[in-house]
Amino acid sequence: MSIGGMSIGGIIEIIGMTSLFVGSVAVIFGALGLLRLGDVYQRMHGAGIVDTGGAGLVLFGLLLLSPDWTVSVRLILIGFILVLTGPTATHAIARAVRAAGEEPENVAPKKSAKRKTGNRRRA
Amino acid sequence: MISVFATTLFALGVAAAMAIARATIGPTSFDRVLAVNTVGSIAVLLIAVYGFFDGRPEFLDIALLYALINFIGTIAILKFFRFGTLGDHALSDDDEKGGDAA
Repeated sequence: MSIGGMSIGGIIEIIGMTSLFVGSVAVIFGALGLLRLGDVYQRMHGAGIVDTGGAGLVLFGLLLLSPDWTVSVRLILIGFILVLTGPTATHAIARAVRAAGEEPENVAPKKSAKRKTGNRRRA
Repeated sequence: MISVFATTLFALGVAAAMAIARATIGPTSFDRVLAVNTVGSIAVLLIAVYGFFDGRPEFLDIALLYALINFIGTIAILKFFRFGTLGDHALSDDDEKGGDAA
């Protein structure tokens, strides 16, 4: 069976390769954010990109390129475990940072923010 | 096909190097924990992709174990930060500061 002169297996292979490539780009951008952003909370955003976009796309690409169904089962298991543990670990880190008393940078300026909400309430 | 895996391996290596740099220079210890957690996630992907690159997908079992141990390690380090101990024995009286943070 073929679509537009290409077999189904070839199309799946191309989708898998593309997914691997986009996933590695996401991993690099996430690590760049982890390295370059200015605050613990902002760096957590970069780590989140690595955990969700990067890992998800790379594992999905490997899943499409896997030669055997046992390999596919293991890849799905790895993805499931990463989805389960990644946000939990990030949440624990965020809680620990908050408990240690670190405040986020670049929160909204206090005086003007108060005045704005007051105006909205009056209107 | 091989070159796709090689490119992904290279990208993952660069990302791991950047995360290790953040773990080295991180101002607070939470930066280091976050960076080490990210290095662990990248290592899981690295092991999985290397298994495909080498034609030996049995490496996925090691990646599975690494994902689990990475999570346990992060939680253990955070618990140590907060309570100052990993055991479940009660804190002594002059150690109340850690308990208050909870």
